[in-house]
Amino acid sequence: MASTQTPLVQKSSIPFYRDERILKIIAQVVSTVVIGGFIFLAVINFRNAANARGLTLTFDFLKESAGFPISNPPIDYDPTMTFGRAFFVGLVNTLLVSVTGIFAATILGTLVALARLSSNWLLSHIALSYIEFFRNIPLLVLLFIVYFVVFGNLPVVKESIVWPGPIYINKRGFYLTWPQLTESGTPFVIMLSIGFVVALVVYFLLRRRREISGQDTYYLPVSLGIVILSGLLGWVFSGGTPFQLSTPVLEGFNFSGGLRFTPEFAGMLLALSTYTAAFIAEVVRAGIQAVDRGQLEAARAVGLTTMQVLSLIIMPQALRIIIPPMISQYLNLTKNSSLALAIGFQEVFSVGKIVINQAGRAVPVFGLIMLTYLVLSLLTSMVLNLFNRRIQLVTR
Amino acid sequence: MENIRTTKGAIRPPQPPGPLKWVRDNLFNNWYNTLLTVVLVPTVLFVLVQSILWVFTKADWRPIIENPMLFAVGQYPRDQLWRVAIGLSGIMFLMGASWGKWGGLLRTISLSFAIVFAFLALLPVQLETLDTDLRIYLGSTVLLIFIGAWLGRLKAVKKAYILIGWAIMPIISIIFLIGFEGVEKIPEVSTTFWGGLLVTFLLSAGGILASFPIGLALALGRRSSLPVVKGFSIAFIETVRGVPLVTILFMFSIILVLLLPADSSLDRLFRAWMAVTFFSAAYTAENIRGGLQAVPIGQIEAAKAVGMNAFQTMLFIVMPQALRAVLPTIVGQFISLFKDTTLVVIVGINDLLGIGRSVINMEPAFLQLDLEVYMFIAAVYWVFSYFMSRASARLETTMGTRTTL
Repeated sequence: MASTQTPLVQKSSIPFYRDERILKIIAQVVSTVVIGGFIFLAVINFRNAANARGLTLTFDFLKESAGFPISNPPIDYDPTMTFGRAFFVGLVNTLLVSVTGIFAATILGTLVALARLSSNWLLSHIALSYIEFFRNIPLLVLLFIVYFVVFGNLPVVKESIVWPGPIYINKRGFYLTWPQLTESGTPFVIMLSIGFVVALVVYFLLRRRREISGQDTYYLPVSLGIVILSGLLGWVFSGGTPFQLSTPVLEGFNFSGGLRFTPEFAGMLLALSTYTAAFIAEVVRAGIQAVDRGQLEAARAVGLTTMQVLSLIIMPQALRIIIPPMISQYLNLTKNSSLALAIGFQEVFSVGKIVINQAGRAVPVFGLIMLTYLVLSLLTSMVLNLFNRRIQLVTR
Repeated sequence: MENIRTTKGAIRPPQPPGPLKWVRDNLFNNWYNTLLTVVLVPTVLFVLVQSILWVFTKADWRPIIENPMLFAVGQYPRDQLWRVAIGLSGIMFLMGASWGKWGGLLRTISLSFAIVFAFLALLPVQLETLDTDLRIYLGSTVLLIFIGAWLGRLKAVKKAYILIGWAIMPIISIIFLIGFEGVEKIPEVSTTFWGGLLVTFLLSAGGILASFPIGLALALGRRSSLPVVKGFSIAFIETVRGVPLVTILFMFSIILVLLLPADSSLDRLFRAWMAVTFFSAAYTAENIRGGLQAVPIGQIEAAKAVGMNAFQTMLFIVMPQALRAVLPTIVGQFISLFKDTTLVVIVGINDLLGIGRSVINMEPAFLQLDLEVYMFIAAVYWVFSYFMSRASARLETTMGTRTTL
C-alpha cells in the first residue's frame, strides 16, 4: 500500500480564532487576568481596610501575654502566658478530643456494624435504628441535647451519681479511678516502651521469615512474650510499685484525685463519637458485605476456623474497601470538633476566637486556624493513605 | 399407559414460612441468638414504652404549641405573613407541576409536603395558634399541589414552562420577602426578623442551587489544561474541604468585609448564604468531577469523530451523562448541607435551632423544657433527612435501570 503522504489539514487555512493552540493561549491569558484581577482587588481593598483600622499582618502578637483564662487546660497554662501558648493549648484540646473521638467512634461504629450484620433480626434492627437516628439529625442538635439537657441535669457535687469503679458523675464532670504513675514509674515506662518497640520489630521479622520459609515462627506469642518480659523487668528495676490507683475523693466542694473529664470534653466526645459511629457503621458494613460470599465459603471449605476466616480472609479484603471512606470520616470528625465552640470547650477554634477579640488580629489568627486544620487534615490523610497503600491489592 | 400419573398433590410450591418459623429462623436460630433475644426483648420493650409514655404524657410541648409561627418563620412581621404564604404556595404549585411532568423523586417530595400540610390542617385538636385561617391556607396549598400535578400531566404544559417557573419563582419569592423600602403595601422586612424553618430552607436550598454552577465551573476548572485555572480550582477546593464549615462562616462574617471596597456592606443572612454556597461548591465540584470521570473516554472520542467541538462535546455528550450519574450524590450532599445549616446559629442567625434556643430562654418555665424543644427540632430534621435519603436511594436504583436507551 503505497500512498502519497499529503497533510490532512493545511495549516495555513485555519483562521487564528479556530486554532486550538492560539485559543489556549488566549484562554490562559484571560483566565490569569481575571483570577489575578480578583485577587489584586481583594488585596487592595484589604490594604485600605487595614490602613483605616490599623490592622497588621504580623504574627508578633503571639509572643504577647494572653491575659485570658482557659478552663481546665490539658497542659500548663495561665493568663500571663503568651497568645501562642494559648493557641497551643487549644490545639492540644482539639487533638485530644479528635483522637479519643476517633478511637471511640471506630470501636462503637464497628460494634454497630457487626450488630447490623447479625443473624438476629432484633439486634440487626436495633443497629439499623441507631444508624438511621444518628445519621439524620444535625450534630449540633445532638451536641445541645447531650450537653445542655443530659449533662445540664446531672446532680450537684454533693449528690454525685456513683457507678462501680468508683466513677463519680456530677455537674462538674466525670471522675474516674485511674492508675497514676508514681515516682518509681519512669524506668518502668521506659523499659516497657523499649520492649514494645523490640517486640514490634521481632514481630515483623519473624512474620516475614514465616512468609518466606513457610515454617511457623510463633511470631505472635514471641512478641507478646517480649512485651510482658520487658514489663516485668521494668517492674523489678523500678523497685516498687510503678502505678498507684488514684481514687477521686470528695474534699470540700469538689473531688480531687482520679482522672477528671470536664462536662464540655465529655459532651463533645460523646456527641462526636456517637454521631460519627453511625457513619462508620455503614462504612464497615458495606466493606464487609462487599467481600464475595464465595471467599467465606471457600475458607470454610479448606477448614479454617471462624477466627481465621475473619482475620485472614474477610478482614484483609474488607479493609481495602473500608479504609478510604474511613479516612474521610476521621477527617469529618476532626473538623466537626470545631463545634465545641458552641458549648465552650476551648479547642483551636474557640481559643482563636478569643484571641481575635483580645488581640484584634482577625486575619493572621484566621490564617493560623485554617492552616492548623489544613495541616491536621493533610497529616491524617497522609498517614492513613500510607497504611492504605500497604494493604491495597498488588496487581501485576 | 399406567406409568403416567398426574403429579397432582405431589409437587407444590413451597409454603411461605409461617410466623412461627420466621421467629425461629430470625430470633432463635442458635443458642446465643436465643440468649440475645431473651435479653433484648424486655430492654427494647422497656425503652419503647418509656419513650411513648414520655412523648404522650410526661413531655410538655407548650413551647412548640404556643409558638408554631416562631418556628416556621421567626419574627417575620405577623401582618406580613401573607408574603411568606404566597411564596410557599407558588413553590408548592411548581413542585406539584414538576411531579406531574417528571414524577419519581419529585412525587415523593410533593406528596410528603401535601401529607404534612393536610395533617396540620385536619389536626383534630383545638389549638389557639392553629386557627381557621391557617387551616384553610394549609388545605388550599394541598389543593394547589394536586392542581399543579394535574396541570403538569397535560401535554400543553411544556417542560420549559415549568423550568422557567423554577428559575423565576424563587427570585420573585425572595424579592417579595425582602420587600421594597417606602412601598406601603409591601414594606421592607430586614433579614434580622427572618428565622426558623424559613431560614433553614432558604440557606440549604439556596446554598445547593447556587453552589451548583460554581461547583460545575470548579470541576471543569480542575480538569482544565490551563495551569492558572487548574491551580486556582485545586487550591479553592482543597482549602475549603480541609477546614470546618464554622471557619468559613466566620471568615465570611469577619474577614470578607476587609476584602471588599470600604463602603460596601453585606447583609448578615446574605453572608451566611454565601459561606454555605462556597462551602457546598467545593464538595459539589468533587462530586461532579467524579461524574465526569465516569463518562467513558469512547464517548468523547465518538463525539470528536462526528465532528463536535470541545464545547459541544461537553454540553451534549459529557454533561448529560455525568450529571445523571451524580444526581443521587448531589441529593446526599443536599441532606448534609440541610443538617449543616444549623451551624449558622454560631454566627448568630436564627434558623430552626436558633429559634429553638431563644424559645427556651423566652419564659422561665420553658427553661426546664429544653429536651422537648431539642427533640422537636431533631424530629423535624430527622423526618426531612430520612425521607430525602430514602428518595435518593430509590433514585440511585432507578437511574441504574434508565441508563439503557
